[in-house]
Amino acid sequence: MHKESGSVGLTKTQYFQIEDKIRLESGVEFGPIQVAYETYGTLNGKKDNAILLLHALTGDAHAAGYHDENDKKPGWWDDMVGPGKAFDTDKYFVISSNMLGGCSGTTGPCSINPETGKPYGLSFPVITIEDAVKVQKRLVDFLGVKKLIVAGGSMGGMQALEWSITNADMVKAVIIIASTSRLTAQGIAFNAVGRNAILSDPYFNNGDYYGCENQPEKGLSIARMVGHITYLCEESMHKKFGRRFQYSDKPNFDFNIDFQVESYLDHQGRSFVERFDANSYLYITKAVDYFDLAQKHGSLKAAFEKTNARFLVMSFTSDWLFPTEQSKEIVYALIKAGRDVSFCEIESPCGHDAFLLEFETQTKIVKSFLAKGAENV
Amino acid sequence: MFNPNESLHLNYTVITDIIEDGAKILDLGCGNGTLLKMLTDKKHCSGLGIDINQNNVIESIQKGLSVVQGDIDEGLKEFEDNEFDCVILNQTLQSTEKPDYVIEEMLRTGKKGVVSFPNFGYWRVRFYLFFNGRMPKSKMLPFNWYDTPNIHLLTVEDFFDFCKEHNIKITKSVYIKRGRISKNPFNRILTNLLCEEALFVIENV
Repeated sequence: MHKESGSVGLTKTQYFQIEDKIRLESGVEFGPIQVAYETYGTLNGKKDNAILLLHALTGDAHAAGYHDENDKKPGWWDDMVGPGKAFDTDKYFVISSNMLGGCSGTTGPCSINPETGKPYGLSFPVITIEDAVKVQKRLVDFLGVKKLIVAGGSMGGMQALEWSITNADMVKAVIIIASTSRLTAQGIAFNAVGRNAILSDPYFNNGDYYGCENQPEKGLSIARMVGHITYLCEESMHKKFGRRFQYSDKPNFDFNIDFQVESYLDHQGRSFVERFDANSYLYITKAVDYFDLAQKHGSLKAAFEKTNARFLVMSFTSDWLFPTEQSKEIVYALIKAGRDVSFCEIESPCGHDAFLLEFETQTKIVKSFLAKGAENV
Repeated sequence: MFNPNESLHLNYTVITDIIEDGAKILDLGCGNGTLLKMLTDKKHCSGLGIDINQNNVIESIQKGLSVVQGDIDEGLKEFEDNEFDCVILNQTLQSTEKPDYVIEEMLRTGKKGVVSFPNFGYWRVRFYLFFNGRMPKSKMLPFNWYDTPNIHLLTVEDFFDFCKEHNIKITKSVYIKRGRISKNPFNRILTNLLCEEALFVIENV
């Protein structure tokens, strides 16, 4: 029977060690680094059928499939990755890794500093998107990849852009979804609120809270709550929760959770602290805030003149965190730089989250975009 | 029988003949990309399409084209002067909000422009209005007055006047009538009466 589309099945996170030190953008030499990654599909003989997926703020290496038969949820981009899907694992060798500074297997502030035998905490160096890409480059070299396609949404899109510039001879095509070449002041502001919530948590203890009885959970969960507001939009919140009460049909007249939307945010905050590290949140949001291609290269056009790839850019109508205007900025700078680019603004009421939800339209577009490249190989 | 698809096809063929081999083109309001695809396949053009409609953009990408979703009424300010060998505005002029601005931008960004539009001076259109007393409808103008995208309908004479006022030179004219190219239009008045669709290659003087 023809397999229309399916799951990659059971997957396993693997680990790659960088034993030497890497020079970070800040000038700091940092190492050793462990990289958590997963791969799906097979690398071809020419080693040019790889797709590197780049996760968003709090993602991990587990992009597709299940780790265990009893897992309730698959990887974060399972809708898009698998046999017959947008990133077709029958055709492509798909790689996904946890970002430097993360807390899901790749070295980050919660990892043990081999020099002290204790977790880095705030002694972990400040990292940038460029640093994260540098680490990913070591991974794909280790995997033997010669040419690749890079794809990512949100912060993943920033990394994909960085890839196309710093590894121009390697990157054939770039897919940028709901992303930007630099965050707006508003975007930085939201990240700043999140970081402040963490930094002012009484249990934060200057980042040295590992192994302590109390963790900066409140701060981290507030950061996540703020984040979640920015991932949705007015319409999607209204549809999801309206003004409905959580437990009854009338107000409680107290300051406990009253409204459904409060309960939702509370739940998001609580479940987030179980899987994410407060220090990682500080470091990674900072890397996102620092990312600014125009500033770094003189202009966006100058940045893209260094690229060598075809580009696909997608945005979503209701995304106000990474608005369409910012995608268009990328698109027009690419055109000015004489690069091949397609752009689609997808109609969606889901806000920024749409890039993880609106997979049917994205699948259509991504498949067509990748098919064009396949003819040229 | 007149077939609008044939006419459309004819229109595409005419444009494909006009465009030079290997030209860098911009197709404004590229629709589902049929023309752009013909131009890249038959004339080896490198091209970019712009369309406002999401489904059109997706269909064009599915044809393997490079297409950017956007509103041409917002101008082409992101493009450099003379960036394209030719800018095409096929059956789109009459549905733009600012046709004068769009043409000005076309001729700034392109060395030349190809413009085609349905001629509102066509005798059947005139008769329709005259005898029915209602806004004309035909196979080329199939919409109702209230839902038509054609908000700036014009005649061939209007276009001549426009070009004169804006210092635009017409270097080639093609008149299409009932799915055929009329080779020898007798004179301007008769042309405006007899042609159903007009196509011009234009340049700045």
